[in-house]
Amino acid sequence: MSSSTANSSQPLIEISRRPGRIQLTYWQGVRRRLSRDPISMGCAGILVLMVAAAIFAPWVAPMDPYKTSILQRLQPIGTDGHLLGTDELGRDMLSRLIYGGRVSLLMGILPIAIATLIGSAIGIVAGFFGGKTNMVVMRITDVFFAFPSVLLAVGLAGALGPGLVNGLVCLAVVFTRAIIRVAESATTQIRNQDFVEAARATGASASRIIAGHVLTNVSSLILTYASSLIGVSIVLASGLSFLGLGIAPPIADWGLMLNTLRQSIFIAPVNAVLPGVMILIASVCFNLLSDGLRTAMEVKP
Amino acid sequence: MLWYTLRRIAYILPILVGVSIVCFSFVHLAPGDPMTAVMPDFASPELIAQIKGAYGFDRPLPIQYFRWLGAVLSGDLGMSTRTARPVLDELLPAVLNTAQLAVAGVVISLVLGIGLGVWAAYTRRLAADRAITSAAIVGVSVPPYWVGMVLVAIFAVTLGLLPAMGMAPPDNGGFGLDDVRFMVLPALTLAMIPTGIIARSVRATVMDVRKQEFVQTLYANGLSRRRIFLHVIKNAAPSVLAIMGLQVAQLLGGSILVETVFAWPGTGYLLNNAIATRDLPLLQGTILVLAIFFVMMNFLVDLAQPFLDPRIKRQ
Repeated sequence: MSSSTANSSQPLIEISRRPGRIQLTYWQGVRRRLSRDPISMGCAGILVLMVAAAIFAPWVAPMDPYKTSILQRLQPIGTDGHLLGTDELGRDMLSRLIYGGRVSLLMGILPIAIATLIGSAIGIVAGFFGGKTNMVVMRITDVFFAFPSVLLAVGLAGALGPGLVNGLVCLAVVFTRAIIRVAESATTQIRNQDFVEAARATGASASRIIAGHVLTNVSSLILTYASSLIGVSIVLASGLSFLGLGIAPPIADWGLMLNTLRQSIFIAPVNAVLPGVMILIASVCFNLLSDGLRTAMEVKP
Repeated sequence: MLWYTLRRIAYILPILVGVSIVCFSFVHLAPGDPMTAVMPDFASPELIAQIKGAYGFDRPLPIQYFRWLGAVLSGDLGMSTRTARPVLDELLPAVLNTAQLAVAGVVISLVLGIGLGVWAAYTRRLAADRAITSAAIVGVSVPPYWVGMVLVAIFAVTLGLLPAMGMAPPDNGGFGLDDVRFMVLPALTLAMIPTGIIARSVRATVMDVRKQEFVQTLYANGLSRRRIFLHVIKNAAPSVLAIMGLQVAQLLGGSILVETVFAWPGTGYLLNNAIATRDLPLLQGTILVLAIFFVMMNFLVDLAQPFLDPRIKRQ
């Protein structure tokens, strides 16, 4: 929508959209409720800023995040030219934290996206067809649930070796098992409902019923659940980097920065814990936003 | 009760088999074989073949699996490719150290979690309720390894009150004040997240139970508040126990990261070494032992449930 047409037609829209006249669709309602929740909007704002800063890091960051300086090592917060001080190699902390968001946020969000796609496909199929298919899929899922999530991620990452792609795969596996469970139980509840029976009676094929009836009914539940996992994913992804299982130095990543700065905690304790603040902010914001979304969508977990 | 126990065993046996398959495949997930990573460049093909033969890595995978499983069942977890010592010998002292830390963490999180949860459920003050709820949100969002670093920065570096890392030297004999001093920070770090989650679920469950009609009846019958409290606790126990079991097990998983922060010589530290040196048999053995512990923990919780709530047996 270009701004000139929007301006010229503004009064007309105001009249036709008098409150109470127009029936809102479900998603419009969700958006309206969400936009009226100050906590969710605050968190969304912070996250947008973080993501934008990470994307436009070369323009936003005040300095080169890789430029080391032996003389400027571990400068405290507020040093001239280094707003948030410097790290153990004299690199500007603020710039590194801004750049660090690239890998850290990506590693938090992307595994959830992958897990949601794969997990809901598997879970819906298992739930819809039931019987033996369901049993086999869910028993295999149970096996993966036999590992605490940190242990599974670390074990897989340790076996595959460090790296960005391997880290993504490990995190995706950890979250896929959870999505499968949610998708399966949601689908199992849907599949015996009358409207599905009716669709079956009219001769609709399984794929048609799944696409037309099941997916529309379970997707909001799966999506809210998936959104609640992003915060966990960011913390876990940084944990892998913290163990040296993520991306290799000198790339900036919050978990990796915590790892390398750990050696300097006795000299500059504040600098050493600074990257964790970013992880905490991102994760708290995602969790609160997800809570807000769930309330706005009025679906129970 | 016997029937219930047998059914639970029938449920976990296939899971244990699955866990063993997953752990076995850890060694074979990486491209190449487990020896490639640790062999020097100058090793001749004959030597590599000989060593692979010694470790049994030259056989077909299913055969390797059954040989490995047979060995595991007789208590042999294979040989570390880094030190050529049996994995079990490396693992045992680490498991004991982790167990010390975990027990401390579990005790802290149970006492604090149940205490805070019950208190929040009984207090009518909104502020306390809010505090618990928001603490729970921060609790699930905060990276545990970072909490450890913050605690070190405050209590070890700035205040100089407690040692920052490591374990007390073992020579003092028995369990003394020194051991406690070294344990305080890692145990607190480990306990933090489970405390938040246990507190939240205890609060929710106790509040649910208090709303039920039988509690009203007890009040109407003129029972003392203390007697009623005991009834409420007894009814809240089964679901609280289920969450506690899960949290205790997650705490064990979290110990991997926390032990790294504090250089605590437990399984997490061992796992870290195994990863750094690509010692896959050691990685495999450590994860297998921890995963089996996790499964058994859940199994015991399931077994304990009918004692607390006899209704479960009949389902």
